[in-house]
Amino acid sequence: MTKQRDILLTEVALRDGSHAIAHQFTVDQVLNVTKGLNDANVPYIEVAHGDGLAGSSVQYGLSKTNEMELIEAAASVADKSKIAVLILPGIGTLHELKEAASLGAKMARVATHVTEADVSRQHIAYAKELGMETVGFLMMAHMAPVEKLVEQAKLMESYGADTVYVVDSAGYLLPDQVRERIRALKQSVGVNVGFHAHNNLSLAMANTLAAIEEGATRIDGSVRCLGAGAGNTQTEVLVAVLERMGIETGVDLYKMMDLAENIVAPILQSPQEITKDSLTLGYAGVYSSFALHAKRAAKKFDIDSRDILIELGKRKVVGGQEDMIVDVAAEIAARKEKVLS
Amino acid sequence: MSKVKVAILGSGNIGTDLMIKLGRSEVLELTAVIGIDPDSDGLRRARELGYTAIDSGVDGFLQQPELADIVFDATSAKAHLYNAKVLQEAGKKVIDMTPAAIGPYVCAAVNMDEHLDKDNINLITCGGQATIPMVHAVNRVAPVEYAEIVATISSRSAGPGTRANIDEFTETTSRAIEKVGGAKKGKAIIILNPAEPPILMRDTIYTLVEEGKMDEESIRKSIQEMTDVVQSYVPGYRLRTEPFFDGNLVTVFVEVEGAGDYLPKYAGNLDIMTAAGVKVAEEFAKNVLAKQTV
Repeated sequence: MTKQRDILLTEVALRDGSHAIAHQFTVDQVLNVTKGLNDANVPYIEVAHGDGLAGSSVQYGLSKTNEMELIEAAASVADKSKIAVLILPGIGTLHELKEAASLGAKMARVATHVTEADVSRQHIAYAKELGMETVGFLMMAHMAPVEKLVEQAKLMESYGADTVYVVDSAGYLLPDQVRERIRALKQSVGVNVGFHAHNNLSLAMANTLAAIEEGATRIDGSVRCLGAGAGNTQTEVLVAVLERMGIETGVDLYKMMDLAENIVAPILQSPQEITKDSLTLGYAGVYSSFALHAKRAAKKFDIDSRDILIELGKRKVVGGQEDMIVDVAAEIAARKEKVLS
Repeated sequence: MSKVKVAILGSGNIGTDLMIKLGRSEVLELTAVIGIDPDSDGLRRARELGYTAIDSGVDGFLQQPELADIVFDATSAKAHLYNAKVLQEAGKKVIDMTPAAIGPYVCAAVNMDEHLDKDNINLITCGGQATIPMVHAVNRVAPVEYAEIVATISSRSAGPGTRANIDEFTETTSRAIEKVGGAKKGKAIIILNPAEPPILMRDTIYTLVEEGKMDEESIRKSIQEMTDVVQSYVPGYRLRTEPFFDGNLVTVFVEVEGAGDYLPKYAGNLDIMTAAGVKVAEEFAKNVLAKQTV
């Protein structure tokens, strides 16, 4: 076995990346990516619909392949890596969690909006009962003051979370803001602290390093930036950076680079970059999975997608409210019509 | 016109809001509010308004069973299991506002008439009361293969009971979309939004109709008619925009503003439950009174 790991990485491309490709993963793609990650010794691999278990819907996008088949496929080839699943209470239920566990998922990441941790009690407790490792995932962490974040993280800890994550779902946080959040959590919870970034403002790496400096030991990344919006901290780059800093991840850099180049790049319809839409997500503080939906709505109503995203930010829309996109787009289009007539 | 006597079991937010609504009913006479905490705001208000306030729970009520013929149960799913049993033994009709669902699911605008003879009926969930009328409105003119609803409510209006068992909402609502709404397959999603000031309840209803059965004009008309029906007992229920049509997908956007009786106006999700409860009880009562006069 390898040396003691200082940081435990979770690869999220097969979950967060689902958003970037409109939930079109196939069993073959998941098998190939999982084999590569397992071979590169990545400790955790998250597999699910982008919005977590049971996320396949008209609201968020229907999955091409049933996620349970994807989870089963991933688990069948991961003999070193552990398969993780995401679940958002209100979307997924204990029923799906149980099914995922029976197919080989070993970690449950239970996600709520940063102020709503108490809806996760049931799911964290049940995942524990199923023998899974548990993570409390506090999304849209920029939308609450630090004290609130701490209070909510403590709730998740009290429900049995082994780790609590600060999740910058909008890619909005600046390094100092990440620093103060991780520092506050390290001072007040006894469990592991993790960080999940989005690269919408090109700050994913800087924010991740700030989090690690403050004591975060669980870090998410997406290979080739295959995640919502501009993607997450690019896993293979992070492995290289941490290696140079003398921080052990236990992950094989060359194998990660090969996986990124040969297996993951062809999955992407176009390379992940910071487009004007993803930049607007980070600038306005909007949930990263809204990007493709806003683009579609903008086309349908012949308006600028940035106007939709900015308006959604103003209205303090939270993760999961994709139905607001069309609603807001229709409103903007009607206003525009009025001005013109 | 004579009235039918009713009592409310549970003196929390729902029970107290019901109390205020029942004060306006022309066919129901509220006599008693039953709680377990004599100091609760609900029981205090009940006393102030001149109702009998019982603080010893359902057993206390059963010592004076003549107080009511219909009982609203606004306690909890767990408490309802016991309440339902003893109230049935005492020959009372029960309107179950909890997620226990011992009796059939009833959506006030859709299938109330089928269940007027039942001893115990269940009001599904707030999301169910708000969205199932629309699923039914589409389904009655174009068969619905799949219906999915997204209910977004303000964090402040989601009580500890809902939060501790949020799966109950998604599962009960999904099943009722099928059983009452008529969709072949149903799915429900709930989102809590903490924005201040609190947002009104919003619901988005997606229905996929059978291939070749899309009929925009009839669907539009059916949705409008159904909106009027729901509005007749929930005045703050409205369409946010015209329905959207895209292939065989119909999308309906609804907003529910509460009446602001006991609960604030943003809590349209709670208002639609209590309003539906009163509506169903009134129909029960009319049915009972009609039988008496025959």
